[in-house]
Amino acid sequence: MHKTILVAVLLAGALFPVMLPASPTASGIGQSPTAAQITNWNVDVSASGAGLPAGQGAVAQGQLLYAARCAACHGASGAGGPMDRLVGGAGSLTAAKPVKTVGSYWPHATTLFDYIRRAMPFDSPGTLTNDQVYALTAYLLYLNGIVSENAVMNARTLPSVVMPNRENFTEEDPRPDAP
Amino acid sequence: MANRRRFLSVALAAGSTLAAGELARAAADGGDDRPNALGAPLSPYGSPSPFERSVVRVATTLTPTKFSSWDFTPLQDLHGTITPNGLFFERNHGGVPEIDPAEHRLLVHGLVDNPAIFTMDDLRRYPPVSAIHFVECSGNGLTEWSKPTGKTVQLTHGLLSCAEWTGVSVSTLLRDVGVKSGAAWVLAEGADAPLMDRSIPLEKMMDDAIIAYAQNGEALRPEQGYPLRLILPGFEGNMNVKWLRRLKVGSAPFYTREETAKYTDLLANGQARMFTFVMEAKSVITQPSGGMQIHARGERAISGLAWSGRGAIRRVEVSTDGGNRWSAAQLQEPILSKALTRFVFPWKWSGEEAVLQSRCYDETGYVQPTLAQLVRVRGVNSVYHLNAIQSWHVASDGTVTNVHA
Ligand code: HEC
Repeated sequence: MHKTILVAVLLAGALFPVMLPASPTASGIGQSPTAAQITNWNVDVSASGAGLPAGQGAVAQGQLLYAARCAACHGASGAGGPMDRLVGGAGSLTAAKPVKTVGSYWPHATTLFDYIRRAMPFDSPGTLTNDQVYALTAYLLYLNGIVSENAVMNARTLPSVVMPNRENFTEEDPRPDAP
Repeated sequence: MANRRRFLSVALAAGSTLAAGELARAAADGGDDRPNALGAPLSPYGSPSPFERSVVRVATTLTPTKFSSWDFTPLQDLHGTITPNGLFFERNHGGVPEIDPAEHRLLVHGLVDNPAIFTMDDLRRYPPVSAIHFVECSGNGLTEWSKPTGKTVQLTHGLLSCAEWTGVSVSTLLRDVGVKSGAAWVLAEGADAPLMDRSIPLEKMMDDAIIAYAQNGEALRPEQGYPLRLILPGFEGNMNVKWLRRLKVGSAPFYTREETAKYTDLLANGQARMFTFVMEAKSVITQPSGGMQIHARGERAISGLAWSGRGAIRRVEVSTDGGNRWSAAQLQEPILSKALTRFVFPWKWSGEEAVLQSRCYDETGYVQPTLAQLVRVRGVNSVYHLNAIQSWHVASDGTVTNVHA
């Protein structure tokens, strides 16, 4: 039934091309996005680094930005709240009360760039430049002892940062594991 | 009716000369215990009776902000299997956006032959599909791993709701744009403040995923993703991305924050499981349940809910003695795949202490585990995917409380 409609639409498109709006789909529903529509929304960054924009930022710049834009919620040194702790917790994952932070838990440094850019500052997301996001990423990695204080993050350096807990994730779902 | 009409005409005729007190006496002659006044007029959009004011969602106290938080469905007060739209549990990561459907767009791009952008009107041109499915947050019960904490079934199990969803099959949409070879994952992204996003296996998207614009017959509620959300039947709630604005087809997962830092299951040995998508079979008794008081001995039906992210529920058993003896409960129709199923079990309360439990079996043969069985493999810090048997203790004074038995 659905297929018949599709075929009919396609036939009609072949016979009377001018009568149909320009649509990229087989059914004729929907429009072709403009290049700007795609670039505006295509902000995701993969673990491989695909999607990382041009630009760069250093730890020192990140420190200033962090104090101004992040510390009120995440604490002066990335701990102490009131919101999520971002720093510390190394070695705590097997403890009675694990402390999961960017440093102790996150498997990919690229995710940090992606998340800050899409979601932070929490109450005014989307207000940082790419350079600022790189700088904040560098600073949070530095606070967690993952990069040096001279580190500069960009599309080349960030994907090569190895997160300490990277190897402790398993991607296969072994459930049902009980009973 | 005839009586009432006669009374009205008499009253109208006599109205000018009868005093109010005499009118009231005339009404009393029409019989006691009956209404003597008109009800409320028609209303454009109905709401619950004022006597149901206590039946509301309750928010968690665990989060430091109300703008990335959750609230629970009052399962103890609900009947059947469908959750009323205003009581459907909420979980959002940056508040509930207000989106004008005329402005809303869905972009489908990445490893597709023809990237396309759709308006809401466009999406309604596709043949609509409707299906009843539960949505459960994988954090449902996260307070219950080490000790009984939630006082009511609302707090222990209320990140669970069920609705009829209507929209477009994701497979229809993806076939229409054409998926390229090498495609294996799809990033779904919302139009909320944090652009919440998750990676979903293409296989699931082509299987039974729905892009929903309606919930129980009306447009989605804002809290549920108005005007558009993803429904992934049986998969953890967080992946059912709300306020959906973008699907990007790719060859690998995108490792977003919500599937790495969050929604991963930390085991006791420090390893963590990623991509644990399916909500395994689970059941819970909602009547009676924590916080209730049983007042009378004797006949009292036990009733509850069972569900599985892998398909239909096949069997539910109830124990009233803490899991020593189990008897089959009756399953109420409809018994649908990846939907809540209502079970009932006749019970006579003798006035003695009891521990009420339910356990379910799904169509794969999987049996809902005990908490001890789960903790043995996962420890107590995995946060997500607790689907253990729940125990309610009935004291000899009829008080019902949450216990680990
Ligand atoms: C108004 C308070 C607020 C401000 C300001 C803020 N954040 Fe956040 N941040 C939050 C909240 C709340 C969360 C948790 C959100 C959630 O889980 O949905 C969070 C989460 C995070 C996380 C993820 C933590 C984890 O382990 O998952 C990172 C990283 C982060 N913020 C970085 C930043 C940076 C960098 C800035 C400054 C540019 C910033 N935040 C500013 C409130 C804030």
